[in-house]
Amino acid sequence: MDILLQQVFNGLTLGSIYALVALGYTMVYGIMGLINFAHGEVVMIGALSALAATKPLAASGLPGPLVALLALAVAVLVCMALGFTIERIAYRPLRNAPRLAPLITAIGVSIVLQQVAMLIWGRNYFSVPSLLPAAPHDVFGAEITDLQILIMVVAALTMAGLMLLVNRTRLGRAMRATAENPAIAGLMGVDANRIVSLTFVIGSALAALAGVLVSANYGIAHYQMGFILGLKAFTAAVLGGIGNLAGAMLGGVLLGVIEALGAGYIGDATNVCTLAHVLPGLGDMCAADPTQSLLGSNYQDVFAFFVLIVVLIFRPSGLMGEKVSERA
Amino acid sequence: MNVPVKAISISIAAALAALACSKEAPPPPAVQAPAPPPPALVVKIGHAAPLTGPQAHLGKDNENGAVLAIEDANAEKLKFGGRDVKFELMSEDDQADPKQGTLVAQKFVDAKVNAVVGHLNSGTTIPASKIYNDAGIPEVSPSATNPTYTKQGFKTAFRVMANDEQQGKVLGNYAANQLQAKTVAVIDDKTAYGEGVAAEFKKAALAAGVKVVDEEHTDDKAIDFAAILTKIKGKRPNLVFYGGMDAQGGPMAAQMKKLGLKSKFLMADGGCTVEFHKLAGAAGDGAYCSLPGVPLDKMPGGPAFKDKYAKKFNADIQLYAPYVYDAVMVIVEAAKRANSAEPAKILAELPKTNYQGVTGNISFDENGDIKNGAITLYTAKDGKWEPLETIGGAPAEAAAPAAPEAAAPAAAPAQPAEKK
Repeated sequence: MDILLQQVFNGLTLGSIYALVALGYTMVYGIMGLINFAHGEVVMIGALSALAATKPLAASGLPGPLVALLALAVAVLVCMALGFTIERIAYRPLRNAPRLAPLITAIGVSIVLQQVAMLIWGRNYFSVPSLLPAAPHDVFGAEITDLQILIMVVAALTMAGLMLLVNRTRLGRAMRATAENPAIAGLMGVDANRIVSLTFVIGSALAALAGVLVSANYGIAHYQMGFILGLKAFTAAVLGGIGNLAGAMLGGVLLGVIEALGAGYIGDATNVCTLAHVLPGLGDMCAADPTQSLLGSNYQDVFAFFVLIVVLIFRPSGLMGEKVSERA
Repeated sequence: MNVPVKAISISIAAALAALACSKEAPPPPAVQAPAPPPPALVVKIGHAAPLTGPQAHLGKDNENGAVLAIEDANAEKLKFGGRDVKFELMSEDDQADPKQGTLVAQKFVDAKVNAVVGHLNSGTTIPASKIYNDAGIPEVSPSATNPTYTKQGFKTAFRVMANDEQQGKVLGNYAANQLQAKTVAVIDDKTAYGEGVAAEFKKAALAAGVKVVDEEHTDDKAIDFAAILTKIKGKRPNLVFYGGMDAQGGPMAAQMKKLGLKSKFLMADGGCTVEFHKLAGAAGDGAYCSLPGVPLDKMPGGPAFKDKYAKKFNADIQLYAPYVYDAVMVIVEAAKRANSAEPAKILAELPKTNYQGVTGNISFDENGDIKNGAITLYTAKDGKWEPLETIGGAPAEAAAPAAPEAAAPAAAPAQPAEKK
């Protein structure tokens, strides 16, 4: 039982990380219909710049949590500036180009950011100091750290905050108007360029937050850490229904839990040696080595993508996605 | 609504394409000695290792070892058949990439090198060895430890370091006897190296009467091991073995501690680096790992070699330089005995090698593997690897030769950026 609970905690932590990154994808998609593939790299830049800021801050003798907050602030500022620049350079000139063009520039930006990070920070892995108490709490036999709880809470609060922003504020109304039709929104007095820039800046701030939390949780940072994370988070956004904020949260958490439970249980469930008393031919093989799993944890990602495919067959726009009309 | 889905599938394809395209820079020009005086017989020794990319520091270290050996060989002022001999190093960058490895091999063949020292990684050495075999050029690898390399029936393939079969056997026995493990869980990173060494460990552990209670897999880019470690925790093994590199091994040790998994943690050479301590932090203490060979200070010529290396390159030895030095010297000695630099004549002499090198005594078994290659076990203490004991590797199994081509294609390894 404690093992199951532990796997659920593992899945929720991983899922909340996916959700945090997925929120950035889905927000940009919701407003612009653009998949910002550089988002994962912004997460990486956030993590590495927070780490760079931590060293001098920690040397100044400030208390741990304050250092963490200041480093986070630095990362958020760096990423906001980066997000603003990316949008101006790579996406705005292509606002009216065919859909594929901004997608290609997005991938280009992703590669450029990786290489720049490699030039600045080098190819080595960095260890990230833990600024929160690392001792785990015991919850019914399962272990959970303060940081894991923090990650889940931050992901949930971020989603709630974004939903409030989009649905309840003046800025949110401008965003929704821009999403619907930038030209008409412009006629109604909405400065579409400003709204799009703001969307990118907010999305990048979220990426910085995600980067700091990811690197703190795993204690590791590297110039390629953003790519796989970005791909998984993108999958989560699609699973939940890209463009839908609650969907990104749902998709992320679901993906994390599926991965954890898949890795934890499918291996034993497909262990043919459990059939040894039914199929006598297996006896010798299983006596020598009782783990003969057909599907082990090397299929961890397969479960997740299998679920994605099944969901997309029955709900092509994702679990919570709405029908959206094609953009010009 | 069809559009987003379509755009998404394009996006995924494009993202994968981008992943495939992120390559390293083109290789730097080869290191070549100046042209020799005309009458001398030039003996070209090819050297291949990754000189760019994440393992560039190891590749450069290997090259330095070769440079030292060539210098010493030339200082002997040898004469083959009455002609002055001049050894020349032709060093190429294989980027630790199997594809690039075969291109480099072809380049050596076209340049008519007399022998090759390399490659650094198993993943590059195995495909390249076929090209050398077809051309009849002797190849001595200093550091490729995957057993397949010498099991393809190639008469041209030799190595001066104990292979993963020998290493896996020592690790399995060590887990059973010294570490008193009754139950183990085995994790690998699905690379040619990681899977290979994990399989050898498992075989040895089972043979020693240890129960393998779980087998898990991750990959060489993963950072989250919570799910598989939690599953392992449920099976309560005495020991967890990881076949893979330090970049995963370090965080894995840290996450074991976080999850309250109290099993001992054992790794092969991929985790036996300084980097491991950096990534694992205090949680790394008490981990075990093994390295083929003996610690540098215990090598017969270790301290002297260390000084020579430091004087010449103003740097510390990373890992394999002494083995590269010995690999070159083994070739030079074989040529000396043959009184010729012709590849075929060197080849005829190589199996008779009995050379007292920097790393110890070198002689080969019928496969081209080093006889009695030593394996040293280390434990992590206060952020450092401390040698525990050195075990003279068991001699390679006698029943292994034959079956020339059977093993070759299946072994073609995959991961481009994989170490060893």
